[in-house]
Amino acid sequence: MNLSFSEEDLKFQDEVRSFIAENYPADIKNKMDNGIPVSKEDIQTWQRILSKKGWFAVNWPEEYGGTGWSITQKHIFQNELADANTPTLVPFGVSMCGPVVYTFGSQEQKDRFLPGIINNDVWWCQGYSEPGSGSDLASLKTKAVKDGDHYIVNGTKTWTTMAQHADWIFCLVRTETTDIKQQGISFLLIDMKTPGVEVKPIITIDGSHEVNMVYLDNVKVPVENLIGEEGAGWNIAKFLLAHERTGIGGIPALKREIRRLREITSELPLGEGFLKDDELFMDKLNKLEIDLLAAEYSELRTLAAMSKGGHPGPESSILKIKGTDLQQGLSDLFVEALGYYAHPFMSEDDLISNEGRIGPDFAANVMPHYLNYRKVSIYGGSNEIQRNVIAKAVLGI
Amino acid sequence: MDFSLSEEQLLLKDSITTFVDKDYLFDVRQKSIKTELGYSSDFWKTFADLGWLGMPFSEADGGYNGGPIDLMVIMESLGRGLVVEPYIPNVVLAGGLVSRLGSEEQKQELLPKIISGEIQMSVAFSEPQSRFDLNDVITSAKKDGDNYILDGYKAVVMNGPSSNSIVVVARTSGNQLDKEGLSLFIVDPSSKGVSLRNYSNVDGSKASEVTLENVSTPASSLLGNEGGAFSALEEVIDLATLAISAEAVGIMEKMNEITLEYTKTREQFGETLSSFQALQHRMVDTFMAYEQTKSLLLMCAAKLTDKSDDAKKAVSALKYQVGIAAKHVGEESVQLHGGMGVTDETNIGHYFKRLTTIRAIFGNTDYHLKRYSAL
Repeated sequence: MNLSFSEEDLKFQDEVRSFIAENYPADIKNKMDNGIPVSKEDIQTWQRILSKKGWFAVNWPEEYGGTGWSITQKHIFQNELADANTPTLVPFGVSMCGPVVYTFGSQEQKDRFLPGIINNDVWWCQGYSEPGSGSDLASLKTKAVKDGDHYIVNGTKTWTTMAQHADWIFCLVRTETTDIKQQGISFLLIDMKTPGVEVKPIITIDGSHEVNMVYLDNVKVPVENLIGEEGAGWNIAKFLLAHERTGIGGIPALKREIRRLREITSELPLGEGFLKDDELFMDKLNKLEIDLLAAEYSELRTLAAMSKGGHPGPESSILKIKGTDLQQGLSDLFVEALGYYAHPFMSEDDLISNEGRIGPDFAANVMPHYLNYRKVSIYGGSNEIQRNVIAKAVLGI
Repeated sequence: MDFSLSEEQLLLKDSITTFVDKDYLFDVRQKSIKTELGYSSDFWKTFADLGWLGMPFSEADGGYNGGPIDLMVIMESLGRGLVVEPYIPNVVLAGGLVSRLGSEEQKQELLPKIISGEIQMSVAFSEPQSRFDLNDVITSAKKDGDNYILDGYKAVVMNGPSSNSIVVVARTSGNQLDKEGLSLFIVDPSSKGVSLRNYSNVDGSKASEVTLENVSTPASSLLGNEGGAFSALEEVIDLATLAISAEAVGIMEKMNEITLEYTKTREQFGETLSSFQALQHRMVDTFMAYEQTKSLLLMCAAKLTDKSDDAKKAVSALKYQVGIAAKHVGEESVQLHGGMGVTDETNIGHYFKRLTTIRAIFGNTDYHLKRYSAL
């Protein structure tokens, strides 16, 4: 057993760290550090910087523009990105649609869709959930009926993250109704500009617009946009869900945030001293840090197994549950740290106004973040579904 | 041993429940919180007409002589309706201090107008460094001839924006953390040197940051004796803690009902969510959390009514339990609603937000656990 990084890995870490230091745009960093929402353009700018360096599609095979990095290197890279508080990479193109296209698509489809993803010219979103199909995804009802060289698609997709920015959507659609609901599902790529596609915002309890309803009304989709065989969509969905779950724990970002909260406890006035003098609060912070340490080393064990050729299986469900528990727990601890100052609601306009913020500078995002993060135990396969996966796949019941 | 409410209390409960169910509709509430006032002045008038605003005041002051149990009944029912109208900051806090400490003149000037709904008041007690410690006051009041000069900063003053006058807690003597030396002043927010920064809270209520800069206030604005305000302030905050705990109990009861109903209608995997045992157990747990809190609420209301020796301790026990249960019930209700739980259009998320701010108001679990241990 040796739990430290090799000499080469440490050198790689330095290289990544100095690249970020030299290339992370100051205006985007300023927004991220001060809790001002980043725009679509900011995200694209940052992703293009990584792309130009060849560090964007890190998990892709080298022949499609990937890095060829070891699992340890990828881990170091993710840690450094989070540590520097860079914008989270939008997964729908690079981590989801891309891998589906190069794994299941034809040569023609690879040539057509992969460059747009890796160069950040095309913004993708995910058309999975439907109003009646959440945890029970396979019950989806959006229908695609073949009509000559097109499919005519009708249905409603929901919780579609950042659909308001998207150029394309990858959808699970029903091409056939059979007794077994997992059969007859197909994976279809749809241009958002096609007549009949309508996006309506869903505002969440933190006041933000992140997710949408996507209505598909007689949308005409060329048959060449079908990925894999007709009716084989569920296998692709399962492949993708495994992809979505790795990294969902968000441990590198948690490490950064817990460090920040610790700093805050030395700055937040409490009586004649600071919050750090409050033993009950510090106990909670320390307990959470121990729990995080356990999750971090669980992730490292999984990574080590993967680098010896294993596949992330049900372990990713454990990481999803633990990671999201920690994300929610930490967001709550930030709320507790602020006392009454967690309550004022600041709009995006308030955040950049000259009037200044109410309470400590970091306060504005704390409650919205806590409220928004109720989603993390719901999305990407709810934590109830993850427990089912572990019960079945690990405990064998 | 009898936990039942009196005939009058049952009528009061019935009258508020009817109002909440028939008139206080969710979309009406959502519209009023988006207005500048932040609540409905028509509804406030209704509260006055139905006698709810006069409940905690003595008959001599023009009220109905209601006690902690009546207050509990009112707040539990208002909680079920997620009523945003500022009953606690105005009636319980400001009204409570004026009725306890006010001179005859001050009472006659203010209480009839609170009871009739004509004026709004608030109490500025917290400061950026004080968290929940009522004794932690830096804001100073210095005698200057017939006047006092106020200087300081008050944080998150509930109902500040609508207030015609604000009761300011200031230090006339002693050090930052001393209980002795605290005084109350009734301050007109339009006075020279007073500035308010008004805003909405995440739960839809309104609050202000209040800056006092060389504010000259007449000696007649002093409420109670100079330097001796702490015990009345603590007593009123304790009563307000009972009130907000009752609101939380009403909210939790309602959230459990809404969630149970949702899981009975929402189907996944060909079955209603309520048919899954894993979810049934969790709803049993949130139901028990509500029951435990309700029990402490009744215990606390009885002890405050009897003015028992351990009434303060009962308040801290209750608010600690409210903090624990509010987090549990709030978070679980949202989780059991799935994605719907985090949407702005669904009422459950708004109940959750109010329950979350209540966790901190008048002291969070850590504060009340420490207070309980120390008492």
